Amino acid sequence: MTMKTQTGTSRRDFLKIAGTTAGGLVIGFNWFSCDSPKMEVLSIEQVLAQAKPFNSFLSISPTGDVVIFSPNPELGQNIKTSFPMVVAEELEADWAKVRVAQANLDPEKFERQLTGGSGAMPHSWERLRKAGATAKAVLTQAAAQTWKVPASELTVSKGMISHEGSGKKGHFGEFVAVASTLTAPEEVTLKDKKDFTIIGTPVKNVDAKDIYTGKPMYGLDFQREGMQYAMVQRAPFGMKLVSVDDSAARAVAGVTNVVTFGSSVAVVGTTTWPLLKAKKLLKINYEPDGAVESTADHDRLFTELLASGNAEVKRKDGNVAAAFKAAAKVVTAEYQCPFLAHSPMEPENFFAHVQGDKVELVGPTQTPDRARQETAALLGIPPENVSVAITRLGGGFGRRLRADYVVEAVEVSKAINAPVKVTWSREDELTGGAYRPAVRYRFEAALDANGIMTGYKLKGVGMNAGNTTREGNFPSGAVDHLLIESVEHASTITTNAWRAPITNFLAYAEQSFLDEVALAAGKDPVDFRMELLNRAKTNPVGELGYDVDRMIGVVKMAKEKSNWGKNPSVKQGFSVYFSHKSYVAQVADIDMQGGVPTLKKITAVTDCGLVVNPTGANHQVRGGIVDGMGHAMYTNLTFEAGVPKQRNFDTYRLIRLKEVPEIDTHFVDSGFDPTGLGEPALPPTGGAIANAIFAATGRRLRSQPFIEQKEFSDLQLQIKRG
Amino acid sequence: MANFTLKVNGTTHQVEVEDDTPLLWVLRDHLNLVGTKFSCGIAQCGACTVHVNGNATFSCVTPVSSIGNSEVTTIEGLSQEGDHPVQKAWDEVDVAQCGYCQSGQIMTAAAFLEQNPSPTLEEIDNAMNRNICRCGTYHKIREAVALAAKTK
Repeated sequence: MTMKTQTGTSRRDFLKIAGTTAGGLVIGFNWFSCDSPKMEVLSIEQVLAQAKPFNSFLSISPTGDVVIFSPNPELGQNIKTSFPMVVAEELEADWAKVRVAQANLDPEKFERQLTGGSGAMPHSWERLRKAGATAKAVLTQAAAQTWKVPASELTVSKGMISHEGSGKKGHFGEFVAVASTLTAPEEVTLKDKKDFTIIGTPVKNVDAKDIYTGKPMYGLDFQREGMQYAMVQRAPFGMKLVSVDDSAARAVAGVTNVVTFGSSVAVVGTTTWPLLKAKKLLKINYEPDGAVESTADHDRLFTELLASGNAEVKRKDGNVAAAFKAAAKVVTAEYQCPFLAHSPMEPENFFAHVQGDKVELVGPTQTPDRARQETAALLGIPPENVSVAITRLGGGFGRRLRADYVVEAVEVSKAINAPVKVTWSREDELTGGAYRPAVRYRFEAALDANGIMTGYKLKGVGMNAGNTTREGNFPSGAVDHLLIESVEHASTITTNAWRAPITNFLAYAEQSFLDEVALAAGKDPVDFRMELLNRAKTNPVGELGYDVDRMIGVVKMAKEKSNWGKNPSVKQGFSVYFSHKSYVAQVADIDMQGGVPTLKKITAVTDCGLVVNPTGANHQVRGGIVDGMGHAMYTNLTFEAGVPKQRNFDTYRLIRLKEVPEIDTHFVDSGFDPTGLGEPALPPTGGAIANAIFAATGRRLRSQPFIEQKEFSDLQLQIKRG
Repeated sequence: MANFTLKVNGTTHQVEVEDDTPLLWVLRDHLNLVGTKFSCGIAQCGACTVHVNGNATFSCVTPVSSIGNSEVTTIEGLSQEGDHPVQKAWDEVDVAQCGYCQSGQIMTAAAFLEQNPSPTLEEIDNAMNRNICRCGTYHKIREAVALAAKTK
């Protein structure tokens, strides 16, 4: 059914056309190399030069071409394609006439201009629909006025407005001028979901052609006349700079300057290569400025703090002590994960040009407003004096939620009084901090004589992890007596959100431990989870942080799609997780034919509500699984005296093409509005694989990465697709 | 500093750089051909892959002084209109997520298919294993290479 909705359109949103041109909105900076324009298709710049802005999200030119602005940074989650799809749907635009432009930071026009938490789509779904529907309503009104017919008699489809009675027909562009004299309606009608023609169809990445032909579009590609290049040497964790001898660095041809700020030393030059050489020639003396930590210290701290730490109680249901005292069986296990770097393929970089009390910033950021705020705070200038142009991001994974690398560029530009681009090397990226925190968990479960889980305890210790738990998550609500605690250690090693923060490891630990409990209870792992879910549904304990029916929905479908337990030669591992508003169940298949355990397939069932773009959704689920699997299997970051030992991809091992199994994806048609998918498919993967390895070999993997565990070393696990 | 004459994408360029400057930085910083990407700098990830005399080459560890008269092809020169069979297959399959590694992936695939026009899936896996994609688009990369082999 259609729905009436308040537009919330304000005068600010709806720009009257008179005197405004939108030409400056899209390209606030110049790439050296530009597309050669093809005349049959107008470029965004050409369209905007004559286009009229309807609201923050779209402009339409008299030619009928539509430019839709995508406010959120694009890092591969495909938001630059899926957001405009939603606007175009309600506008009834012809997708072939739609151009998409990345909007610059503009808090006046856009809310929540950031990429993180898989939150863009749930936040903006209604807003995007209203933006499209409002423009359609105004265009329809303009056509009615032009043709002197009632607006109610008009139909709109594929960018054309038609009046059946008179046979009149015209494209959007023909009504732009009249539309500019009208005011947006207070209320618009949104489409019935069953009438969607763009949403739900596989729409290709709008930047595809530029990506496949090597057009400059990433921050690292940005150049400006007179721009200097810089690279920065940062202090080890827990250390501060005492003195620097930069004479050898300055002697490198192409190095023009060396500047120091805080404990960082920047080498500046006219191109990048001399800087990579010069940085290695810096002789810097550091001294301790806090705890100088190694991985051995973290292992000791985990043990100490689990035993005696000041735990913060995150959730307490029933009487845990009594439940464990009365238990027929108690299961206990500890799980641990290492620090991890984000390692986006495009290393951190940013362009900054400080000119008096004004700053121009260009580059890859997940949080352009944070870049602005931190720059303004550093220089003591008003935030509105800082402009931020958002380039395409070569990955982010949470690293670019921070603005540390932006502020560095501002520091250097200020120091040398010139425009500068700061580039990080891969070694800088892996040693530069803001990691996924290392965490250790201890679980305890109490089973009664019938194998019912009557008590559950989880205690997590994190290195700068904040809350190491998600206390509302399953199995909370399904156990009478439950205690969830978290202990924080203030490490000198810096941490940050990393794709699916906390849950990227917690889900693995929880879902593995539930398998251990199911085994102790003598129950099938899926049956055991269903028993708990049914308990949470019929007689929940305390508050539920998840929708039980939606979780049951993905569990049941995953069981069916994976042929759970049907093939004796295939050993399977199950995992189900709720995070970032979506539900994902996964089953890993290990084929034992020939006596060699072979990981062949992962089946994934996702409930993210309505799937906006099936291509993008498949990408995010498969990419999340590859990411979750790769880091669970292979990747480690360890420290010696405040310095990471893995400094590049030769030792910091990322998953490669030959190491991924077949991934079979399914989506539940739950009828809910869409939620984000950048993160939710990642958390369940480690658990599904570890549980399958246990089912196949009897080896329980309680630490990551798997390949470094003694339980894994002689398994000779093969990975094969198909 | 020394003068080098380079043949890149069919055009001759003169650059004045140190002997040890990797081809990657000559392309990016001196010739404004930024489609070739920097990521690891130590020949581990393949984001910097170009063709040197038709061979897929890690430009990040290839000194400019070693190029001589060799023909260098970058993603910008792979085709005039972006319609090389591999580029078309990449578009058809809609491979990219963030897209940063994809020019290197395409260059690796194009050189591979030139040398092995009808590969098995296992040969595709072996050839493409040298390039890392942090977004995990591996299934689509494999699919696109197979499609390009079929359609070229």
